[in-house]
Amino acid sequence: MKRYLILGIGAVLLWMASAAQADLTIEITRGSDRATPIAIVPFASGGGALPEDVAQVISDDLERSGQFDPLPRNALISQPSSSEGVNYRDWRAVDSDYLVVGEVTPETGGYRIQYELLDVYGESRMLGEYLTNTTGDLRRMAHHISDKIFEAITGVRGAFSTSIAYVTAQGVGDDIRYALYIADADGRNSQEILSSGQPILSPAWSPDGGKLAYVSFESGRPAIYIQNLASSQRVRVTSFEGLNGAPAWSPDGRQLAMTLSKDGQPEIYVLNIGDRSFTRLTNNSAIDTEPSWAPDGRSLVFTSDRSGGPQLYRLDIASGQAERITFTGNYNARGRYSPDGESLFLIHRGSNGYQVARQDLDTDRLVTLTDSRADESPSVAPNGSMVIFATQQGSSGVLGAVSADGRASFRLPSAQGDVREPAWSPFLN
Amino acid sequence: MQFKPYAKSLAVALSLAVLAGCSSSGGTQDGSMEGGAGSGYGSASGQGAGTSGQQSGSSMQGGSQDSRIPSERTIYFDFDSDQIRSEFQSVLQSHAQYLRNNGNATVVLEGHTDERGTREYNMALGERRAKSVEQFLSVQGVSPSQVEVVSYGEERPAARGQGEDAYAQNRRVVFSY
Repeated sequence: MKRYLILGIGAVLLWMASAAQADLTIEITRGSDRATPIAIVPFASGGGALPEDVAQVISDDLERSGQFDPLPRNALISQPSSSEGVNYRDWRAVDSDYLVVGEVTPETGGYRIQYELLDVYGESRMLGEYLTNTTGDLRRMAHHISDKIFEAITGVRGAFSTSIAYVTAQGVGDDIRYALYIADADGRNSQEILSSGQPILSPAWSPDGGKLAYVSFESGRPAIYIQNLASSQRVRVTSFEGLNGAPAWSPDGRQLAMTLSKDGQPEIYVLNIGDRSFTRLTNNSAIDTEPSWAPDGRSLVFTSDRSGGPQLYRLDIASGQAERITFTGNYNARGRYSPDGESLFLIHRGSNGYQVARQDLDTDRLVTLTDSRADESPSVAPNGSMVIFATQQGSSGVLGAVSADGRASFRLPSAQGDVREPAWSPFLN
Repeated sequence: MQFKPYAKSLAVALSLAVLAGCSSSGGTQDGSMEGGAGSGYGSASGQGAGTSGQQSGSSMQGGSQDSRIPSERTIYFDFDSDQIRSEFQSVLQSHAQYLRNNGNATVVLEGHTDERGTREYNMALGERRAKSVEQFLSVQGVSPSQVEVVSYGEERPAARGQGEDAYAQNRRVVFSY
């Protein structure tokens, strides 16, 4: 079943108005046939109209995950705001496994939300919580509730309160403008981090979520920068002759793997951020690039064409030995580990073009997850449930996301320009 | 019309010479293995003069002093290839001549790819293309200090769109003076 859902634009606080220009919207392109039915009742308001529809934000979050199928609002048989008013039999009649009810009350400078998650068949309360917030950010509170509901039902930590970084490009030829943004995981609250007439690419979040490393050509040649997101201060960490690309943080945040060609060929190097020393990890006449750390920090996966075309290799850092790990097809590139280290997400060229694929490392079986033709830059959610990537829609570059099992997908089109190079943040709290 | 096949064999011979990393002074093992290539090179100086009729004004032996930057500044590549196509050899030679004759001139070789495939891998492929041109210039006697390579990968397309027309325009190396 195909469903399309455009998020409405809620009231936007004044300070956001200028930053909201590159917000992304969500279109669900494929719902999972195994999604769990859930009813999310509009939250009662304890004081007039609210700037955000909290229940709708939660509903959109859960639906986007592909693991939930929220009941349409017009199918809600009643609108209780707490478990006391719930008749479980009614909710069984509309095939809802779970029910979410709640109330929002304005408080000084912010809001208080009380909500409950109810198990319809067990007729029990799984979750009940009071939240208060003094910043007035109802969406943030709603994403927090989505995280809690997701975890209570699936056992997996929710990733709705995370962020994404991405790059936009508008115009063509000499007039092209590039910009680096961060936004909420649902594409809202976008903020420009950097803008340039020269290319920006490969944003990478530090493991603590406080910094972005990226490649910028603003000096006329590629250089790697690290920017502190809170202070906007940044440092240029490499600007060698040749390539300076593909920065990747080690899991402990102390090292940055990257591609440099200063010694001739593109090779993988590791920068020790503390003492600014570089260690060269590969030495090969072929292209070696796109490093990504295993979660345990002891190995890196990278792309190399040493066998003729691009394939993924795993490099054991202690021994320096690299072994090829992809063998399906003649183009496999840009690998990214799942958070549990058991799978790789990558770009695979098959008969239909370049697609996001998953390779499970115990079986080495490669499964294509998308049906698009020009996918790039997969980046995995910190809970491993979804992969965000860049793809084409018509002639525009857009972001897409697909569940790790390929069953559910959505797109995040932008109103203007091409969007690309998504990077999903780590957990931020 | 008889010119074309000669030009082609000249190109083949030259690219073989470049691949072998030898200077333009003569025969290599590759050349002798390819039979016709050796003789193609032999006739090259004669035909090379013929190419001076082209708009780029290039000639093999670089007899005429020319202080103008050659007007053709972009060469194109086949998919997944860093090989200099035969039709662009004369363009490269004209730039080589210009750079040899103008020792203070410097050029940035901008390597580009089409949009297919991953960005950082394309960044490396773009560099490979630009370096292939750099090596050609070096073989032609251009000082390494006059040449810099910067790859833009797929980040600065010359043409938008999905299709071989756009892709072919984007797989290029640009001489940026």
